[in-house]
Amino acid sequence: MDVTQYLEIFLDETKEHLQTLSDQFMILEQEPDNMDTINEIFRSAHTLKGMAGTMGYKRMQNLTHDMENVFSEVRNNTIKVDGPMVDLLFQCLDALEEYTDNIANTSDEGDNENDHLIKALKDYLEGKSAEPAAEAATEAAPEAAAPESAGDSDSEGKAKWDQIKLGDTENTVLGEAVAQGKKVFGVTVYVQESCILKAARAFLVFKAIEEIGEIILSQPSAQDIEDEKFDFDFSMIVITESDEETLKKAVMSVSEIESVYTGVIDVEPAESAGVAEEPKEKAAAQAAHPAPGADASKGGAKNAPADKKAVGKPVVNRTVRVDIEKLDVLMNLVSELIIAKNSLVSASMQEGMETGGAFNEQIEYLESVTTNLHESVMKVRMVPIENVVQKFPKMIRDLSKQLNKKIVLKMSGEETELDRTVVDEIGDPLMHLLRNSADHGLETPDVRLQRGKPEEGTVFLNAYQDGNTVVIEVGDDGNGIDVEAVKKKAIERGTITAEQAENMEDKDIVNLLFLPSFSTAKVVTDISGRGVGLDVVKSKIESLSGEVDIKTKLGEGSTFTIRLPLTLAIIQALMVEIGGEKYAISLGSIQTIEDVAKSEVKLVENKEVMNLRGTVVPLIRMNRVLSIESTKGPDDNLLVIIVKKGDKLAGLIVDELMGQQEIVIKSLGKYINKSKIISGATILGDGEVALILDTNALI
Amino acid sequence: MEEIMDIQQQEEFEQVQYIVIRYGDEVFGIDIKYVDNIVRMQRITRVPNVASHIKGVLNLRGEVIPVISLRIKMGLEPDEITKTTRIIIIKLESGDSIGVLVDEVLEVIMMDSSQIEKVGYNSKETIASFLFGVGKDQERDRLISLLDINATFGDKEVAV
Repeated sequence: MDVTQYLEIFLDETKEHLQTLSDQFMILEQEPDNMDTINEIFRSAHTLKGMAGTMGYKRMQNLTHDMENVFSEVRNNTIKVDGPMVDLLFQCLDALEEYTDNIANTSDEGDNENDHLIKALKDYLEGKSAEPAAEAATEAAPEAAAPESAGDSDSEGKAKWDQIKLGDTENTVLGEAVAQGKKVFGVTVYVQESCILKAARAFLVFKAIEEIGEIILSQPSAQDIEDEKFDFDFSMIVITESDEETLKKAVMSVSEIESVYTGVIDVEPAESAGVAEEPKEKAAAQAAHPAPGADASKGGAKNAPADKKAVGKPVVNRTVRVDIEKLDVLMNLVSELIIAKNSLVSASMQEGMETGGAFNEQIEYLESVTTNLHESVMKVRMVPIENVVQKFPKMIRDLSKQLNKKIVLKMSGEETELDRTVVDEIGDPLMHLLRNSADHGLETPDVRLQRGKPEEGTVFLNAYQDGNTVVIEVGDDGNGIDVEAVKKKAIERGTITAEQAENMEDKDIVNLLFLPSFSTAKVVTDISGRGVGLDVVKSKIESLSGEVDIKTKLGEGSTFTIRLPLTLAIIQALMVEIGGEKYAISLGSIQTIEDVAKSEVKLVENKEVMNLRGTVVPLIRMNRVLSIESTKGPDDNLLVIIVKKGDKLAGLIVDELMGQQEIVIKSLGKYINKSKIISGATILGDGEVALILDTNALI
Repeated sequence: MEEIMDIQQQEEFEQVQYIVIRYGDEVFGIDIKYVDNIVRMQRITRVPNVASHIKGVLNLRGEVIPVISLRIKMGLEPDEITKTTRIIIIKLESGDSIGVLVDEVLEVIMMDSSQIEKVGYNSKETIASFLFGVGKDQERDRLISLLDINATFGDKEVAV
């Protein structure tokens, strides 16, 4: 059977199940007796086994099979979960991930048998209380313990196959089959309600059954099933030489099957005269698959039991997978549209009064449509960071073992959404920061106890949205960064001179850590400390137009704060004029705009500041930063744009305000290495290029 | 073997088209394969705090492209914008586009390798490091300095 078309589904689902396993193993480690967890692990392992089997990945199937066996025993309370076992399970998980990666890359599982893991699992099975029948019980476990066994008593309403009405042709075919010594079964299969590709599942069920028998009739019809025109169940009449158990097993080997109900159908054997006509009759029966008889019976027969469920479409969100490149194209087109719209707006302004109200109305309408369009496209590209951070709990657990430190990871805001391209890139830097925190940040348990801290160190990752940016904080409650040590090291390395060090603020010294090849760890470990780290983190974040900041307190821990722009392509901006040149400032970073008299500007440490409703705000003369003459006279009132970055404020002095505009961010190209204060360029309605000021770099 | 000979012969007399441009009285040639477009002088937006030979950026059909003054880069007098001033849009091997200010675009000529004399890099003049050779145009009895595009624009400029 050609399964390649299901490879993608297989990979997606396998990854999901591996994640479930990973999560559940973590819980299991804390609560070895949690029956829900144990059941969940058993189910995931079982499903994985089934999927791997269907796809023909034998090694993966073997490993999951043994994991399943062990858990079957755990469920029966014959084996107790302990530390080494959880370790073993995690190793199995790594092996499974390896298989999955191999399959994803080469569509082959590789040839690592992982014998040692399988042997270790077997040892657990054999080590348990020596019951002679244990092996047999394990074999039977998937079937005996699976959910359907409980359902036997109430299977009457669910075994819908008995509502299939058989026409004369079918009766003849069945009769002939029975005459030949075959058995006839009715089968009703329930697909899990979370299943997205029901038709594919049904197809796999059909395939599985056809390997051991023949499907005479299905309800809904084969065509309807293919078109996904069924709720969550479908029934069939099957002729087979195998027994009921084998049939059930075959169906349950397909993943995402909730349950299956089977029963024997009593059919009078056909008269011997029928034998000669068999081929013809059979062909007729098959042609009659979507027979009118079956269709007619559908209405009446199906509705009765289906009433308790919501009729119609499933509640699961309907989704489409789209290549990210197609979204990029869409995004570019939206950008072009916005530029065209801006041109229209500026053209209409130049035309002056002649244009009527209707024209302006339409332009305003166009404006709201393009804005909504842009937002929708952006939303399509947004994904929660969950996909990236969900692998961290396991990583921290592994680190905790490796480093002999007790570490808890606290995460919040996993649902925070970011542009897809950013989420793909952010994983490594975050992982690096977490490793750093666990390795360098946290002290060893005995040091922690000496310092009166809880033995267990905390590493945290918090994500949240702040205006137009997303903030991700990664930190620990460990030692914090020793500024003096950094200073010493920096002087040793010749990064700075002793005199420079004298004049540097602690904050600046800490920032030296972001320089290439700078590691303060006294011991170089496997995990971090080779000096390739923070600088890579910083350049990665900066390439995403974001920034990193460190806050640290010796003895109490440090926090790395990453700020990333929510959108990469189109922003709302305030257009200003400085020295006759036009610049854009992202609206997201602007707090207020103030008209300040010259007398209100005070000097503190030779720097200009103003008092903004009780807060002292430093002022930045933009014309000086941009090295251009201001068009304002020395005694004019100052136009101050108050911008914020985190909790810091600054006032930018500009010449004129031009208004708010939606702008498309364009890169300045690689040839001009970004001037620090310019984050990009945009094209205005009249075709002129205006530069975008990076206020974060100014503060 | 014969084939190889053929190819060598072809290479020897390979014809290359050059766009001939003028800075003051001197003429330069740019291999046409690098030239994406030639546009009239248009509004250039200054980029603050970058090297002096980067004149700014312009909008070419929705793309933001940096504009370079080769005059300043080669240590000549700064550009004087006249009616004949053009911006040649050059596509570098890295895929980036840049615009180069020229006093005037004269014509396109064909030259084969026999007409080109390679220059050494021992010359102390800045200009020489931007050239890969000098072409002899017998027709008009003049010498054309051929610009080595990758040596001239290949390096990335760092903002101050």
